[in-house]
Amino acid sequence: MKLFENTNTPTNLMDVVDTPENGPIKGYVHSVESFGAVDGPGIRFTAFLQGCRMRCQYCHNPDTWNIGVGEEMTADQVLDDAERYKAFWGDTGGITCSGGESLVQIDFLLDLFTKAKARGISTCLDTSGNPFTRDQPWFGKFEQLMAVTDISLVDIKHINSAEHKKLTGFGNENILDMIQYMSSHNCDMWIRHVLVPERTDYDNYLTELGDYIKTLNNVQKVEVLPYHTLGVKKYHELGIAYPLEGIEPPTPDRIKNAEKLLHTADYTGYKTWKPGK
Amino acid sequence: MKQLDKTETNYWEGFNGGNWQSEINVRDFIQQNLTQYNGDESFLAGPTEATTTLNNQVLNLKKQERAAGGVLDADTNVVATITSHGPGYLNKDLETIVGLQTDKPLKRAFMPFGGIRMAEDALESYGYKPDPEMHKIFTEYHKTHNQGVFDVYTPDMRKARHYKIVTGLPDAYARGRIVADFPRIAIYGIDRLMADKFNDFQHIGDGEMTDDVIRLREQVSDQYRALGDIKKMAASYGYDISKPATNAQEAIQWIYFGYLAAVKTQNGAAMSVGRIDTTIDAFIERDMKRGLINESQAQEFIDHLVMKLRMVRFIRTEEYNSLFSGDPIWATLSLGGVGFDGRHHITKTAFRFLKTLDNMGAAPEPNITLLWSEALPEGFKRYATEVSITSSTIQYENDDLMRTEWGTDYYGIACCVSAQPIKDGVQFFGARANLAKAILYAINGGVDEIGEKQVGPETKPITTDVIDYDDFMKKFSVQADWLADVYVNALNAIQYMHDKYYYEAAQLALKDTHLDYTFATGISGFSHAVDSISAIKYGKVHVIRDEKGVAVDFKAEDNDYPRYGNNDDRADEIAVWLIKWFYGKMNTHHLYHNAKLSTSVLTITSNVVYGKNTGTTPNGRQKGEPFSPGANPAYGAEKNGALASLMSTAKIPYHYATDGISNTFGVTPNTLGHDDETRKDTLVNMIDGYMHNNGMHLNINVFNKETLIDAQKHPEEYPTLTVRVSGYCVYFADLTKEQQDDVISRTFFEEM
Repeated sequence: MKLFENTNTPTNLMDVVDTPENGPIKGYVHSVESFGAVDGPGIRFTAFLQGCRMRCQYCHNPDTWNIGVGEEMTADQVLDDAERYKAFWGDTGGITCSGGESLVQIDFLLDLFTKAKARGISTCLDTSGNPFTRDQPWFGKFEQLMAVTDISLVDIKHINSAEHKKLTGFGNENILDMIQYMSSHNCDMWIRHVLVPERTDYDNYLTELGDYIKTLNNVQKVEVLPYHTLGVKKYHELGIAYPLEGIEPPTPDRIKNAEKLLHTADYTGYKTWKPGK
Repeated sequence: MKQLDKTETNYWEGFNGGNWQSEINVRDFIQQNLTQYNGDESFLAGPTEATTTLNNQVLNLKKQERAAGGVLDADTNVVATITSHGPGYLNKDLETIVGLQTDKPLKRAFMPFGGIRMAEDALESYGYKPDPEMHKIFTEYHKTHNQGVFDVYTPDMRKARHYKIVTGLPDAYARGRIVADFPRIAIYGIDRLMADKFNDFQHIGDGEMTDDVIRLREQVSDQYRALGDIKKMAASYGYDISKPATNAQEAIQWIYFGYLAAVKTQNGAAMSVGRIDTTIDAFIERDMKRGLINESQAQEFIDHLVMKLRMVRFIRTEEYNSLFSGDPIWATLSLGGVGFDGRHHITKTAFRFLKTLDNMGAAPEPNITLLWSEALPEGFKRYATEVSITSSTIQYENDDLMRTEWGTDYYGIACCVSAQPIKDGVQFFGARANLAKAILYAINGGVDEIGEKQVGPETKPITTDVIDYDDFMKKFSVQADWLADVYVNALNAIQYMHDKYYYEAAQLALKDTHLDYTFATGISGFSHAVDSISAIKYGKVHVIRDEKGVAVDFKAEDNDYPRYGNNDDRADEIAVWLIKWFYGKMNTHHLYHNAKLSTSVLTITSNVVYGKNTGTTPNGRQKGEPFSPGANPAYGAEKNGALASLMSTAKIPYHYATDGISNTFGVTPNTLGHDDETRKDTLVNMIDGYMHNNGMHLNINVFNKETLIDAQKHPEEYPTLTVRVSGYCVYFADLTKEQQDDVISRTFFEEM
């Protein structure tokens, strides 16, 4: 498999997800994790949905890139599996959809979150925003999705669009547009930023990002995620060249610096946050 | 303080009265005098100057002990009894709680009653020369427990022991696992307890001297004498404990004298402290109301008691240490729990015990066990998880489950994880049967795969390329029948001889005369047995044999067969079935003292030794590789994350394994959350969820694998790094290299 082999996959999910007239929508699930304590508020059951178009240089899940592969599951199957762990969720936990990029499968995601809310399960969307568009019918689905999403974890890969493109293969205009939508529509979110030496760890960009986040509403938490090398093994297994070969995780000093510039300590809403407010 | 009149009523002034006054009933004392605490840890006091000075002294002694190869000093010619040694101190002027096992700190006592050879071997392995006179006495003039057992063992029992399908039998040391009701001494004083035992004695039997009556009359006589000896021993430290304690310091001291008598006379694998927190708290509360002590003094008493519990030592042989390494004595201390009336038993003193880990640094003993219930107050839950995150020293056990199963809310943890009614319950401890090996016996027709000798019953070995499930199960049943028979009957012999030659008079003097007994058994290689059966059932297992026809390797054609540890019912049902099935087989046998059978899925560190002596198993575990500890899934079997793994363990029915179902959970701090508060929240929710699903026991280790690897290379930089292994806590530096490797290679749940 080559790094960019799958960038020509269709942009419209319906082209790849076959929805039978009489059956429930199926999603392509890469894997599930019963114990996610850092994938949103509380303990969460995380479904990693298959497929992502971005090719972030530091991506630690390259095995989730391909679209239209993975285990086919219905929303109810995912939720039945998840609900076995309900006793661990307390009053903040629930399910998270991560990826890949969850929004690639927006039809399935909408079905899943709608049914989750009907079962009283808290929903959390982990996204990079890359599929976001104001074009219909996608945007209409997104608006419906936000109505059944308790909180979103939005990963801003880079505040500068040109740098974003270098890092991920795509610009960030539509991503910032999605965040604007969330900010103005009472959608709670955590903003996350992966700190990568020689890629994102520059004071000017961090300052710019920090200033940008300040303009947003509904931000419950801002997190700096230090780049780690746990994904390297997967690249080797998949036979893909690792773009960040030789780059070490950031030092504790640089992490502190980034936290300062992003004003992470100012965002404390997450401490008392409860779903379904 | 005003001088009290020496009548019980005056000793008890300031306590709420109740049944406990007219009969020995510690539970009622607690019920009447419980002061719940619902706040957080902010009231706690740091160490006093005396505590820090004494603790530094202990840490220094520990360092010297390590430098000396593990033993600092040992008796070679004084047989340990309650009164064998004069008083010993760390620093008499600073200690608020006194008493040592021998006359010097960390000096190990000579305890030959379990077996003279074991006692001598232990001394010799540390370079001490046992007194030949002792040898003469305990071989020519006085029989030991060990000799008694070997006088009656059958050839099959010796074989099962030799080929290690049964390992860890307490046939050369004390069986342990008795939780004495130590608070009795503080509440009633020794005289009252002696009077009670005398009264019981007079009513044992009606003169018809049957075996049972003779045995019990002799035992109660021994108990009575032991109580007198405890009084004498206390007197040598300048304390008269014949009457109830008059203040908190005395109460703690009285309780400790009881415990000291136990560890002076018995070298059981487990020497539990039991459940003393609420009783001590009642005395502290009374003193505080009277204006006698402040928080700092209360904490100092608790610190000094815990310091003493950290100093208890036994001398062991190398073979024993390889089973249970790091010098554990399981001074298991149970905290918390909930009463039948719905009130939780979290007092300020439960907090004070946890605070000792902060005031004196992390340490493996006492083996702190939280009797957890969803009904415990949030402040305590969060403080406990904070202590877990910083020191990995706590184990959590399901109070809701145990209270219901045992029918009492006054039970304590004996040994590592087993519950025991404190007032009137006793457990006969007994090692483990290796079910993973029994599976290989089924395949190899009863031939041991390592020794290549006929050990189990001679059945037709499986000779087909692919193992047929039905054929295998028939043969497995034959081998398991034999194993249950040999194992249970070896234990019958052991418990009989232990009563006869190494009776726990001091501990049993502090319990009711008429007791309920449980007959503890255990299973090792559990997850490997389950996965092997699943592999045979679902995976089409091919056998690879050596030139003698003994199966030495296996290959599953379909390697995606269900594995225990994924919340997959297909595998988990096998786990549940296996427990009930083997329990049923053991339960067909006569059990000593009409005890009730119980079993366990816990291995302590012995999973390493058991694995070492077991060949390659059908689930792909290679010959010699450690078993997973306790009821943990096999290494690498878990694919759906931590909770799926916990849910599999939680399905094992506690009713059949009331001795404990141990799960050791390792997790990195960053997996629990990216900040301290989130980490605590996560742990609280995780433990609540596990217990809610009937999970029984959880060891929680929070650290990074890198820390352990570094600690292995530079032990001197991590002198107090503690880890929880199955059922106990140990200094990482005190584990053998193999066990350290095992801990490092265990599943650590990590975020990706």
